[in-house]
Amino acid sequence: MDIMKGEVICIIGPSGSGKSTLIRCINALNDVQSGSITLEGYNVHDPRLNKLELRRKVGMVFQQYNLFPHKTALENVMMAPLKVLREPRAEVETRARALIRKVRLEGKEDAYPGELSGGQQQRVAIARSLAMNPNVMLFDEVTAALDPETVKEVLLTIKELAADGMTCILVTHEMGFAREVADHIYFTDKGVIVEHGAPETFFANASDPRTRKFLGQIL
Amino acid sequence: MTHPFSATTDLPVILQPTYRGPDALGYSRWLASMPVWTLPAMAVLVLLWPTIVQAQTVYSTEKIMGIMVKWLPLLLTKGFAMNVVISFFTMLVGTIAGLLLGIGRVSDNRYIRRLSWLVVQLFRNSPWLVLLFIVMLTLPFEIRIAGTYFAVPDWMKAVFGLSLPIMANIAEIVRGAIQSVPSAQWEAAESLAFTRRQILWQIILPQCFKRMIPPWMNWYAIMTMATPLVSLLGVTELVTLSRQAMEAEGNNPSLLVPFYGFALIIFFAYCYPIARLTMRLEKKFAVKG
Repeated sequence: MDIMKGEVICIIGPSGSGKSTLIRCINALNDVQSGSITLEGYNVHDPRLNKLELRRKVGMVFQQYNLFPHKTALENVMMAPLKVLREPRAEVETRARALIRKVRLEGKEDAYPGELSGGQQQRVAIARSLAMNPNVMLFDEVTAALDPETVKEVLLTIKELAADGMTCILVTHEMGFAREVADHIYFTDKGVIVEHGAPETFFANASDPRTRKFLGQIL
Repeated sequence: MTHPFSATTDLPVILQPTYRGPDALGYSRWLASMPVWTLPAMAVLVLLWPTIVQAQTVYSTEKIMGIMVKWLPLLLTKGFAMNVVISFFTMLVGTIAGLLLGIGRVSDNRYIRRLSWLVVQLFRNSPWLVLLFIVMLTLPFEIRIAGTYFAVPDWMKAVFGLSLPIMANIAEIVRGAIQSVPSAQWEAAESLAFTRRQILWQIILPQCFKRMIPPWMNWYAIMTMATPLVSLLGVTELVTLSRQAMEAEGNNPSLLVPFYGFALIIFFAYCYPIARLTMRLEKKFAVKG
């Protein structure tokens, strides 16, 4: 699996097939048991890896948003650049406000996560990751916990991000979305990548029977 | 066995669960469950006592009342005030030490974790009086700092003795609170490149601060009620002074109930509102999560 800068990759597959584990390995939340991952010169599989340094370059958004409930939306976005990168407050605040505008949450800066809808929380979570200026963004089933009507606004945000040239790796069940934005689609089953290809060819004529069965079940 | 509902079914159903886990707020719950008239009732009882026993003793009601009025100011300012001072400092020392020990219980270093566990078990399960005796008898009565000797007053030693079990119990509160924060919060913070220490102090602890307050107050009330233990070691406080006052008044047995009854009332009057507040906060925080 090779991912180029600016590419959008979707990983699909049945549950328990290792999709999430795969992307959680990329920012070293899970340990790599075998094989190797190299990200911009970092050997992620190396036990001596400086995880903190790697994670500054890799943003991650989770299924359950995981915003910090005791901080407002703006504080959530500002916290990591302030405390981790130790950037000046004024600069961080300008950037954080711009990011909140970018995810279309203007006016919600001072709201606490508990006061926001799932879709809004998820967009704050995206802004929070972007505030670190990552080179890669990982999305772990970010719409799976959302109401159908709020899924769209989150997907729109990701689509804009992809259009801006951000390298995105998504684990998703949104096949329509995958087909639309992905440059490349990977299908995993039982912990291995079974098949991959550009969306047109992947959805039209999947060759592996497992892929065909999976697509047949959900499309 | 009665059930609050009357629907019937032949399907297997879970009956009203009867087992409830250990109650972290048991003491405050019990104290706060007493009706507000408990305190006046106790006061009336203690005031009536001299008239009840008048027939059997040379001490008249007036005389007993006179003795009580004479000693009350001293008992309050030199006696109970000392119990409050001891309880404050014990809570201060116990909370700081307990916080560090509780963090040690969830350390990623196996040895720190085990050592903290051992310390917690040791001090949580030892009789308080034994700990007090050990501290009182092993701490020097003066310490030397930069060439000068500083006397360590008895009450300060008592504070150290009492803070040991408080430390261990607060450590458990801290550990429980830290572990009650979903692990997803750790993951989210880790993925933002926060260090472990930053996550703990800036993200996890601020979230669980609120839920630590009720059990923390519960332990404050328990410990305050236990401060008269230090009278056994000669530290000047309410019960020590009461004993001395009774001695000065001829040690007549009819003084026992007024003096100790007063001690009981004053401790109740102090801890009862704390318990009520504890239960109120518990309810409030439980809703908000």
